[in-house]
Amino acid sequence: MIHWLVEPWTYAFFRHGMIAATLAGALAGLIGIYVILRRMSYIGHGLSHAILGGAVVGYVTHYSFYVTGGIWGALSALLITGVSRTRKIGADAAIGIITTASYAVGIALISRGHHFTRNFEAAFFGNILGVTSTDVWVLVGVGAGAAVAIFFLYKQLLFVTFDPEVASSYGVRTGVVDVAFSLILAAAIIATMRILGVTLIAAAIVTPAVVARLTSDSFGRMLGLSVLIGALCGFGGMYVSYYGDIASGATITLFGAAVFAVVYVGGLIRARLRRTDLDDSDEPGKALVGFASRARTLQQVEVH
Amino acid sequence: MAALLVEFTDAAFSYGDGAVAVEADLRVAAGGFVGLVGPSGAGKTTLLRALLGQLHPFRGEVRVAGQVVNGRCPRRVGYVPQLETVDWHFPITVAECVLLGRVSESGLLPWPRKRDRADLMALLERLGIAALAGRHIRALSGGQQQRVFLARALIRRPDLLLLDEPTSGVDVRTRQEILGLLRELNDDGIGVVLTTHDLNSVAALLPELVCVNRRVIAQGPPAEVFTSDVLRATFGSEMVVFDHDGLLLTADAPAHGPAHPHHAHLHHGSAHPDDALAREAR
Repeated sequence: MIHWLVEPWTYAFFRHGMIAATLAGALAGLIGIYVILRRMSYIGHGLSHAILGGAVVGYVTHYSFYVTGGIWGALSALLITGVSRTRKIGADAAIGIITTASYAVGIALISRGHHFTRNFEAAFFGNILGVTSTDVWVLVGVGAGAAVAIFFLYKQLLFVTFDPEVASSYGVRTGVVDVAFSLILAAAIIATMRILGVTLIAAAIVTPAVVARLTSDSFGRMLGLSVLIGALCGFGGMYVSYYGDIASGATITLFGAAVFAVVYVGGLIRARLRRTDLDDSDEPGKALVGFASRARTLQQVEVH
Repeated sequence: MAALLVEFTDAAFSYGDGAVAVEADLRVAAGGFVGLVGPSGAGKTTLLRALLGQLHPFRGEVRVAGQVVNGRCPRRVGYVPQLETVDWHFPITVAECVLLGRVSESGLLPWPRKRDRADLMALLERLGIAALAGRHIRALSGGQQQRVFLARALIRRPDLLLLDEPTSGVDVRTRQEILGLLRELNDDGIGVVLTTHDLNSVAALLPELVCVNRRVIAQGPPAEVFTSDVLRATFGSEMVVFDHDGLLLTADAPAHGPAHPHHAHLHHGSAHPDDALAREAR
């Protein structure tokens, strides 16, 4: 068992990949809380696809993926934030147009240059073999930046997420908070794209947060739990990726899905057992109320 | 004349569609306790939003404590939204929720300062919900939930408290508790402006009412404001007003014809129908 755990660490690519995946998972867990509670899972999903366009442009123009992806991602995030306030055409439709158009730019460029199709497999599905020390440092930088920003914006973000109208009345600059969060989200997606992959990044962001929601009713505790669960999914997913020879994005996402299934089923069983204990009391069924309500969060999340 | 807490001076509001949502020219004295009554869509919530700085008049001006409300909520104003608008599944405890009221003055750190925590507990004690500080907001009764959002407004140390339909969807006992609590806060010098559809409760417990239907129809003590003419102009339908030993009660007039004294009855024996219906004839 020990050998099984230690053996992959003898390879530099695995060490890089493991650090990157754990950091990526933690970062996804950190922002995922806000993404699910602000009902932005569709935006997160769209943004990851939109950024692919910038990544391909970077490859074509020989600029760093982080430069072109960063600029593209920031512009997409600002555009999406602006459009999502539009009432006339519906935010989801407008976001769909922006993100799919941007994604289509990337696909069009890839289809014109077949020779680099393979390089984008990592961007689509995540690949530990592609992780360099630069990728790790970018993740460390973005993760630290996101953590600092969320640390100092914690109360404002919580208020805007819970009750945007009253937050605005109480002096919170909701527009600034929205833009700041969208930029954090874009930066996190860019930094984690090579590990998690465009197609699965939204699931990796949402799953730890949903699992945390199932286990806590306190926002502060939920935030901490989501970071830990995200990191665990990255860590565990990397082992599965290594031993199963499967793309890391898929294994991290599947590991998260397994954690979710265990916590969800465990919660149902625990609530049912408690209900059995309470059957003779004056409040039968009360035990299920808390878990059922937390589980209702899932109805607010659209995983694409 | 007492200092003015709220002033709408020839103010008119629109939601951008060209139509006037509500026009208002009204004043509330410092320490006032006022209920805004009117049908749905009359503009009651619009007036509250104007006081919060969420909506600008396209004509006239709005002042709170002498300061023009210009895009930002005045500092010493607390707001309690309709409970129906709250996301009860949001993961937030009572303490976390109440402390949001201090968001703009509690520094950059994510955790509450010692003073904020002390104020929080003192406030929760006063409202009788200190033992619930760590509970999720959903795991409370209707009255307790209302107190949580009242606490979030009060932790701002407001001079003016705005409440949108605080008695909506609660049982009789909770309604009486809430209005009694507001009465106490008003006795402590906090001005209160609330919106409601609950005519009988506000007629019994509030000293001043404003009838609104896209404009101010009448303003004054319930005994002056609750007349058939004013209620007809406000609600667009016939209503009768009973005076039951000094307690005003309103009711819909029979649908098959105009209200007539002989169509209405008081089932409690303590008041004579003729006395009870005396006000209806005003």
